[in-house]
Amino acid sequence: MRTPVQFSLNGEEVAAFVEGGANLLDALRETVGDLTVKGGCWQGTCGTCTVLIDGAPRLACITLAETCAGRSIETVAGLRRGPDLHPLQTAFIEHFAAQCGYCTPGMLMAAKALLDRKPSPTREEVVEAIGGNICRCTGYEPIIEAILAASRAGDRRSA
Amino acid sequence: MAKHRGRGVAAINYPIGMNLGGDPSQALVHSNPSGKFTVALSSIDLGQGMKSVTRQICAETLGVPIEDVYVDTADSDTGPHCMGSFASRGTHRVGNAVMAAAREARAVMMEAAAEELEVDAGDLETDGRGNIRVKGAPQKSISVKDVAVAAQFRQGKTISGRGIFLVPLSDVDPETGEMSPATCYAHACLIAEVEVDDETGEVAVLKMTSAYELGRALNPKLVEQQLVGGAWMGMSHALYETPEPYYPDTRNGPRDFNEYLMPGPGDICPHDITVLERPAPDGPFGAKGPGEMCANPVLPAIANAIFNAVGVRVNELPITPEKVLRALKAKNGAPASRFR
Amino acid sequence: MLEFRKDIFADERDDNLKEVGRPTQRQDILGHVTGASAFYDDHRFAGLLHLKILRSPHAHARIRSIDDAAAQRAPGVKRIIRAADVPVNLNTLLSLIQFGKDDEPSLASDVVRYKGEPILGIVATSERSAREALALVRVSYDPLPAVFDVEEALKPGAVSVNATYPKNTFEYYGKYDHQKLRYGDVDSAFGQCDVIVEDRYQMSPIEHAPTETNGSIAVPDTNGRFVVYTSTQALFFSLDTAAKINAMPSNQLHFIGGTVGGGFGGKVDTLTEPLAILAARLTGAPVRYRLSRHEEMQFGSPRGAERIYVKDGAMRDGRIVARKVTAYFDSGAYTRLSSYAAVKCAAHIPGPYTIPNVYGDVYCVFTNRTPATAMRGFGVTALDFALECQMDKLATAIGMDPIEFRILNAYRDGDMKAHRREAKNCALIECCQVAAEKANWPIREEYRRMSSRRGAASAPHASARPEAPRRQPAPAPVQQRIPYDRAGEPPAPDAPPPRPPAPPPAGSSHGATRFSSVFGTRRR
Repeated sequence: MRTPVQFSLNGEEVAAFVEGGANLLDALRETVGDLTVKGGCWQGTCGTCTVLIDGAPRLACITLAETCAGRSIETVAGLRRGPDLHPLQTAFIEHFAAQCGYCTPGMLMAAKALLDRKPSPTREEVVEAIGGNICRCTGYEPIIEAILAASRAGDRRSA
Repeated sequence: MAKHRGRGVAAINYPIGMNLGGDPSQALVHSNPSGKFTVALSSIDLGQGMKSVTRQICAETLGVPIEDVYVDTADSDTGPHCMGSFASRGTHRVGNAVMAAAREARAVMMEAAAEELEVDAGDLETDGRGNIRVKGAPQKSISVKDVAVAAQFRQGKTISGRGIFLVPLSDVDPETGEMSPATCYAHACLIAEVEVDDETGEVAVLKMTSAYELGRALNPKLVEQQLVGGAWMGMSHALYETPEPYYPDTRNGPRDFNEYLMPGPGDICPHDITVLERPAPDGPFGAKGPGEMCANPVLPAIANAIFNAVGVRVNELPITPEKVLRALKAKNGAPASRFR
Repeated sequence: MLEFRKDIFADERDDNLKEVGRPTQRQDILGHVTGASAFYDDHRFAGLLHLKILRSPHAHARIRSIDDAAAQRAPGVKRIIRAADVPVNLNTLLSLIQFGKDDEPSLASDVVRYKGEPILGIVATSERSAREALALVRVSYDPLPAVFDVEEALKPGAVSVNATYPKNTFEYYGKYDHQKLRYGDVDSAFGQCDVIVEDRYQMSPIEHAPTETNGSIAVPDTNGRFVVYTSTQALFFSLDTAAKINAMPSNQLHFIGGTVGGGFGGKVDTLTEPLAILAARLTGAPVRYRLSRHEEMQFGSPRGAERIYVKDGAMRDGRIVARKVTAYFDSGAYTRLSSYAAVKCAAHIPGPYTIPNVYGDVYCVFTNRTPATAMRGFGVTALDFALECQMDKLATAIGMDPIEFRILNAYRDGDMKAHRREAKNCALIECCQVAAEKANWPIREEYRRMSSRRGAASAPHASARPEAPRRQPAPAPVQQRIPYDRAGEPPAPDAPPPRPPAPPPAGSSHGATRFSSVFGTRRR
């Protein structure tokens, strides 16, 4: 039984037929074709598949695709504006905050949700925001530093 | 009921490359007509930076800017054989293979340049910015791009090179264990500072201070990535991780990341790292390999710090709160802190 | 915080290179932060099928019968893969380097030897269909007694785990059930030392937990070839293993990988590629075989458990004079790579210290658990834990500062290691000195002055104990600059070091023979 579902993905309207019970991760990767979203556990425990739904960080692997009808979904594919990188992407580069790169898309979206809500977070708030995202390579410190640096870069721009 | 601080030390060395050798890696390097180079490997980048570090080795050896080199990894139709990315062998073995291939390509490039400049190849040098010039007469020079065009369209030369690196397989004496396990070793000493809660048995790592010697650090930022992330993994192994928490009993195994525990971003501690570089005589530009050894000293340093804090030895990993509490109970509570 | 101490060993380096030593950005970083880096599962094919595996619920059992008729009729099922479909259903990973005997089936046919062992595969149009069909397979088992403890497995009459190695140990050199290390005379040294510290250490298994689980996609290509997108961390290792199991010429396989979501040793075993290729051959369609996180955690090979007994003997002045180690690698039901790690472990028994009498027995033992494999620091991590806990206990027993104790015993250039090769390029002392300084850990001046290099400051006992000099006075240091930019030179791996003289029997005196089995005068 397939169900039609329509939502906004990175500002573009998309429509797809999904299997009943299909999760958003499969809908994005297998049906819509946004392969920037990665799957790590399909259990809702690693944060790798983090996307933003109406601005809030959500685990795509345990979100029913059907419940996303009419919602606005953001993935790392929409982070970049044309050739320009998002300040978080620039900061991740400058701070060497990625090694294997597999957790990076989810990490960036978790960080974006934080900075969108709170442009100048404390270190504790950054830690809290990425607390559900597992990185096996970096030991987290470079990621925390990158997110804090991106927030400072935002401060400079708005000042 | 109190929290006790302590610190402990551990020192280690680590063999670079597959034990006993016998683990070859190959590389191919070639130039396109505009003097840009491709390195073809079948080696894997699983986050450690294989693509990046071999790119630097190739650029340095060829004498061209890093931007003019691209590393293509892991296609069995185009990349020659490599044993694999494990045993801290990538930088050392693959790096040497890339260096050998780049040397061969460089020799052709210099010959082609010599022919264009009508000088002896031995009188030429690269400037590292994409030009080849006569030693002592830098005004007499030619760009690598022009050399590549000339080599391919006029001279009929291929600016390319092949490289292999092999540490010959060592025999092992079955009776004594006499063998050549490795040609070089990395080293480390790490001091961990912990706080042990004698009520809950929980151990918090407050700080790590370390000195790692890893041969020439080909890229200080990639080295930092390995050391910071690797020490985190060591701390995770020491205190958190196992799929069989009551080994050898096989029950209670975790099935997801809610049950398989690792320190999260809120559990990490400052890590003050110092890097020493004693070049390995057979390493590419003296490099060894930091990938695996960085985790190893953390486990015993934490165990020793726990002893320093509360006077109990936990000889079984991971050192869970349950094991700490059982050890404390066996010795009737925690003593006053013995922080050095 | 990261600092470089360029002043140390500066005379051995040329620090004026153009690209080497620079903090150049990673070549792959832009792909990583934009999500453009293509991992194995970021390739899509029309008509992709999915392979899921039925796994044993028993640690040890005889398979009496398998009834997959209902599964065969289930919606979406394209093919069932049974043990009889696997062209070469017995392999060992290191057969590629002629080490060990084939002992592990891709799909078990008669006996299962660990909980999670693959029995049967179902290829279906979706992962869900494959999973649902798996639930319809009926297997009847006769459970067998199982053994989980390495030392229990070595006892006479223990349950035999692995048919290829019925005594539950890997066979070394066609005659031994363990790897030996013998150097000097430990018994004599234990008889004469002042302090003995003896303990048992246990590391339990560890899961690699890469954020990307193991997996591969096999795609039928032209001319009977197959393109395989894979998460392997050893491309040709996996290609050759897959070719062997599928009885295919290696040039029918085109492996593509190289961008991998973490491995840490857990992606060497080629867990998915052989069956994905077989499934693609049998269906003519592209097939993905991807481990779920639960499978990865419980049935993907872990870092194996190790049990290590260490007995160390030291003198009151701090010198370690003897070490005896018995180590057991829990290989699980099959060999994979543990046999190799045991040899690496044996070589590492003295750690970074010079110990004149060393005795080691390292066993690779089969038990009824998930086969173990390599992980970051393979063969060494658990031993380092044991050895460095021992070092702390020894320092405490002797009453020495633990860092000074390590510096005193650290190997120096030219020292003889227990595997009979001369130490060179050592740097442990300098690491200890720098770490102590950075952590404000006080060590005495004489220990701050010591060096790993030949001819540098000696250990304090050299003058205090002339009858048993630890380190003989050496000539003034010759500090040779080593040219590392070797452009133009032919690639030449180091010649093997000269064979040292065999250690003399215990009780021989120092000085003239340049080596004392008890007091450990360094060979110069």
